[in-house]
Amino acid sequence: MENSKKENAFMNSRFVKVVGPQKVVILLVLIALCVFFYIMSPSFRQYSTVLSILDYTYYITFMAIGVTFCLITGGVDLSLGTGMICYGLIGGHFINQLGCPVGVGILVTLVAAVLFGVFNGVLVGVLELPPFIATLGTMMITRGYGSLATGGLSETWPAKGTPGGWFRSIFKVSVGSVKVPIGILWLVLLIIIMSVILNHTKIGRYIIAIGSNKEATRLSGVNVVKYTMAAYIISGICTGFATIAYAATFQALAPGTGAGMELDAIGGAIIGGTAMTGGSGTITGTIIGVFIMSVLKTGLPYVGLQANWQQVIIGIVLIIAVLLDVMKNRKIA
Amino acid sequence: MTMQGIDKSFPGVHALDHVNLELKKGEVHALMGENGAGKSTLMKVLTGIYIKDEGTITYEGKEAEFSNPKDAQEAGIVIVHQELNMMGHLTVAQNIFIGREIMKGKMIDDAQMNIEAKKLFDMLHIDIDPTEKMSKLTVGKQQMCEIAKAISHKAKVIVFDEPSAALTEEEIAQLFKIIRDLREKQLGIIYISHRMDEIKVITDRVTVMRDGGYVGTLVTKDCTKDDIINMMVGRVIYEEPKTKSMVKPGAPVVLKVDHLKAGKMVQDVSFELHRGEILGFSGLMGAGRTETARALFGADPKEAGEVYVNGEKVDIKSPIDAVKYGIGYLSEDRKRFGIVTAKSVAENTTLACLDDYMSGIFIDKKKENEISQKFVDDLSTKTPSVDQQVVNLSGGNQQKVVIAKWLCKNCDILIFDEPTRGIDVGAKSEIYHLMSELAASGKSIIMISSEMAEILRMSDRVVIMCEGKKTGEIGIEEATQEKIMQAATLRN
Repeated sequence: MENSKKENAFMNSRFVKVVGPQKVVILLVLIALCVFFYIMSPSFRQYSTVLSILDYTYYITFMAIGVTFCLITGGVDLSLGTGMICYGLIGGHFINQLGCPVGVGILVTLVAAVLFGVFNGVLVGVLELPPFIATLGTMMITRGYGSLATGGLSETWPAKGTPGGWFRSIFKVSVGSVKVPIGILWLVLLIIIMSVILNHTKIGRYIIAIGSNKEATRLSGVNVVKYTMAAYIISGICTGFATIAYAATFQALAPGTGAGMELDAIGGAIIGGTAMTGGSGTITGTIIGVFIMSVLKTGLPYVGLQANWQQVIIGIVLIIAVLLDVMKNRKIA
Repeated sequence: MTMQGIDKSFPGVHALDHVNLELKKGEVHALMGENGAGKSTLMKVLTGIYIKDEGTITYEGKEAEFSNPKDAQEAGIVIVHQELNMMGHLTVAQNIFIGREIMKGKMIDDAQMNIEAKKLFDMLHIDIDPTEKMSKLTVGKQQMCEIAKAISHKAKVIVFDEPSAALTEEEIAQLFKIIRDLREKQLGIIYISHRMDEIKVITDRVTVMRDGGYVGTLVTKDCTKDDIINMMVGRVIYEEPKTKSMVKPGAPVVLKVDHLKAGKMVQDVSFELHRGEILGFSGLMGAGRTETARALFGADPKEAGEVYVNGEKVDIKSPIDAVKYGIGYLSEDRKRFGIVTAKSVAENTTLACLDDYMSGIFIDKKKENEISQKFVDDLSTKTPSVDQQVVNLSGGNQQKVVIAKWLCKNCDILIFDEPTRGIDVGAKSEIYHLMSELAASGKSIIMISSEMAEILRMSDRVVIMCEGKKTGEIGIEEATQEKIMQAATLRN
């Protein structure tokens, strides 16, 4: 009795109603994690740790935002990780080997990302392949094509201070000796834009409707092919942004890498409350989910847990998150 | 075997009302009735899928109680389902012995199972290779396998639930041969079918059910087709049937369908729909009415045929086109095809017409809520608010949300596929009232219904289909249950 009253108070608070119960829970988890590491480890408290978390989070969040759209349609995009590296290699090839300015390299990268998004969209939307299989194929293609495009070379985008190095400041600028992570601005901007697309435009509405009940949506005269494609193209564009973030943050892009990063992005979206079965999901939830994973990744070594333990713990978190969702749905049914 | 005074209720429905059925050894007994008469429910009670509330089953002279399908199976009562329960990737023999595989130590003995299956087929004089994959067989052969499986259970009573629905003439002939064989072997056979001529050919006696009740049992060779039809439809209709068409004389044709073909279920269907008309589509289950509607609506591909909307020839390739021409389709299966259950009333209402509720590239939620609220008020949909998820509404109110979706799109031609399925009596008459109002306001309606009373109450004209073909068209002035049922059981 006491308990159910408490639960009602929780459910009835205005904040919870607006944000949604699951998101409040994962937000609390994120805060608790930060507090935990803050108390446990002096090194975690440093400003550089914040920068490091952000560095390792930008590209994953961008991919995760994109894949959230695919997940909401009931699909998935496995080509994110290898795709991200592939587009960066292509862009880098234009800059380093073909001597193009960085601006052109960025443009080429984004165009490549959109084209592969369209490719996935055609496979899934028009040809109706199962998304898992279609994007698994694209994953392999991008992994191989990245190497082919550069002749097997790694690509290092221009470093700070060199000509074209300006682009590294897109995500981090130095004011005196202090580094300011202005990438947060871009992240917030993308969150806002994508949330608006998801919640206030036809694209978002129909993507959600397709994920909830594709046949009913089709029979309502909605062009489901077009809007399914839209989800994969959005995923492609976001992966393009991820490439820029990755290239701006890290030294080099190596051919053949990137596999596995898509799972971090998908995992983040799932922890954030996006349903694998489609129909529901939010951008902010996805962001919180990704941050939970990256705080764990960064924090766990500080409390003396090595890399393998990180994987185990993140896996457990993922399972618990999905379990909560499953149990909630069972209650409704 | 006899079933005496079987009574079964589900929440809100009295499905079986003291039904009797007697089956002798070596008899083929037909069980007939309209859709929803309770045949399937009765068989489910017999085979232990449902537990009866009242009544007794006497089996081989003793009172029997089957509390689950396994009990019944072990006692020798087996059902051959209308939809075959087969695992396509396994072989014939593996299917027949599923769940009771022949073992050799810890290993499955496939060789022995093949031999046993072969023996069964020989006994039935069927030529099927037990090592063939199930999915490679025709539906007819798959059904033979089901029968073989039933026999391998040492069945004494076999129930055939509309076995001929998917079979060709030749396969039916073979099926009948097998059934006669089984009769020779002193098995009892219950044969459920809608096909009058088959009943005359293969069965010894007929029991007719209607609205969950027992009507009577006749000896097949002493009765005529008409006797059976009269027993099937002879119910009192509580709601007054329409006596004359409400369509204004000279109302223009808004939809003309010419020689529509789409697979086996839609063979050369033609009809016209006038402004303000409710055109009833009657027929038994599997007559091809829904398939006709879906092909017309562009939901399924069509092979041939022309569609004219307001006299103009149109090419409807997908629901997108159909909606463009002002056609709305309300599916028989609301949950699967009609509504997006986990979304709100407002989101469902504007699903087909979101274009009108945009400001720039953004959805105008205020306008969306206003129009949704207007339809909630107009249709008196019972919902706490337009933000309510549709899944939480009752069937009748869900149906109103689907109607709102199409009205919001301003569709002039509405296809109602089983509009009152799963809707309680009160809400039913509200939906009827709504449909009449829509027709009076100049909307044209195609109403597919398996309920005779609904057809007679609502339609201005009735099209009757049987097995993918149009077998009749009657104005409401001349329509009677008997005439409709005649056409609905016509095989040609």
